[in-house]
Amino acid sequence: MGELFATYPILAAFGMTLLLTFFAAIGAAVLGTLVAVLRVSPVPLFQKVGALYVNVFRNTPLTLIIIASNIVMIVNLGFSFTEDIARDNVYWAIIGLTVYHAAFVCESLRSGVNTVPVGQAEAARSIGLTFGQSLVQVLLPQAVRGAITPLGNTLIALAKNTTVATAIGVAEISGLQKTMTEDRIDLILPIILVVAAGFVVITLPMGLATSWLSGRLAVKR
Amino acid sequence: MKFGRISAIAVAALTATSLAACGSGSPGTGSTGGAAGGAGQTVKVGIKFDQPGLGLKSGSTYEGFDVDVANYVAKELNYTPQFVEAISSQRETLISTGQVKYIVGTYSITDTRKAKVSFAGPYFVAGQDLLVKSDETAITGPDTLTGKKLCSVKGSTSASNLQKKYPGVQLQEYNTYTLCVDALKAGNVDALTTDNTILAGYAAQAANKGQLKVVGTTFSTENYGVGLKKGDTAFCTQVTTALATFISSGEWQKSVDKWLGPAGFKPGAGNPPTAAACS
Repeated sequence: MGELFATYPILAAFGMTLLLTFFAAIGAAVLGTLVAVLRVSPVPLFQKVGALYVNVFRNTPLTLIIIASNIVMIVNLGFSFTEDIARDNVYWAIIGLTVYHAAFVCESLRSGVNTVPVGQAEAARSIGLTFGQSLVQVLLPQAVRGAITPLGNTLIALAKNTTVATAIGVAEISGLQKTMTEDRIDLILPIILVVAAGFVVITLPMGLATSWLSGRLAVKR
Repeated sequence: MKFGRISAIAVAALTATSLAACGSGSPGTGSTGGAAGGAGQTVKVGIKFDQPGLGLKSGSTYEGFDVDVANYVAKELNYTPQFVEAISSQRETLISTGQVKYIVGTYSITDTRKAKVSFAGPYFVAGQDLLVKSDETAITGPDTLTGKKLCSVKGSTSASNLQKKYPGVQLQEYNTYTLCVDALKAGNVDALTTDNTILAGYAAQAANKGQLKVVGTTFSTENYGVGLKKGDTAFCTQVTTALATFISSGEWQKSVDKWLGPAGFKPGAGNPPTAAACS
């Protein structure tokens, strides 16, 4: 096992997995909130746009989104951020993961919004708050607190879904696993164990933090 | 592996008994090994399903050079082959768990693999090479790749070794070679690297014909073997004999010309190889 760590950049590959998770999580949180706002807004057109976004990206396989971000955007349309292929793929992988998981973040938040009693929104509007004010001051804070558990699930799914980025050559752990298996089939069990253990180390704290936060932040009604 | 040897002998003895009961002989095999062929018995054979020119599933039929090898071996040993997909990372598992009898799928003989499986062969000597657009003149070998974009698939060590040796090379990796071919045709990468047989298979495809060419300067040696259960020397010897007949009968040359020839591909030095003795 020490031989594996000495020969292959296992920690760097897990670092890339964490980096993808971190930036895609931020991106998905921002984009997902925007789409959720569209979906709960009183304007029918906005609701439709939000629903269209969720239905398109939630129902498209992630592999397809990731490969399309490379083959369609870079290869065929020429949208490159940099001349450095490796960096370019990392950027596009983050974008692909972001647009995919934003759909799930949106739906988690919307389920949170549904935990807020209708009376709260009506009371907010009746004291003269605009839609934007009632959303930011009353609805979303409670919605986020009610949506901690589904948001945590989405985060865990995101961490594991970063493995799909290997399809366009991002140097994360599942790609390295393929390389290690190809070279060292005699060490296949240690390889699988190391990768599995790494993911447990990454996702287990997420789950624990989610449970702890959801208990602590639950809105007592 | 005492147990493995004993069970192999037991299996061989059983096969011989059942053959005797059936009263059927099979051509071309001696009685020394005990197991004298399969008497038309159906066996599972692992091949690649996605490599044009080597092992490709099209509809319900299979075609390519590796498929020809697999079929010839099966015919010589009097088996009826039933093809199953053997993706690279699962080949050893498929063999050691007995899910397939043997595998013919661009399977390079290496020492780490020999720890898990045995090989009959080599039946082809391939080498790492480059595939470029047919109007490319600047790339003539790995040392002309500096500043160029190279494509390969994830898990292929050959590409990362090349990048280590020539740091100026940028590497784009995908999960399939098909995407590499697309990127190469679109001009987004300058070359695609892997075994010359695989490259020739893509260059010979109808959709790519005339657009791509194999550079032809190999910079590694890959001995393709038939993977089979570790320590099954009797079976290994039979396969080795079948491979020798495949080559000496001219079927080998015919098959190479048929599947890889359209790309203008000529097998490199050392071909056709002489299969090593089984151990």
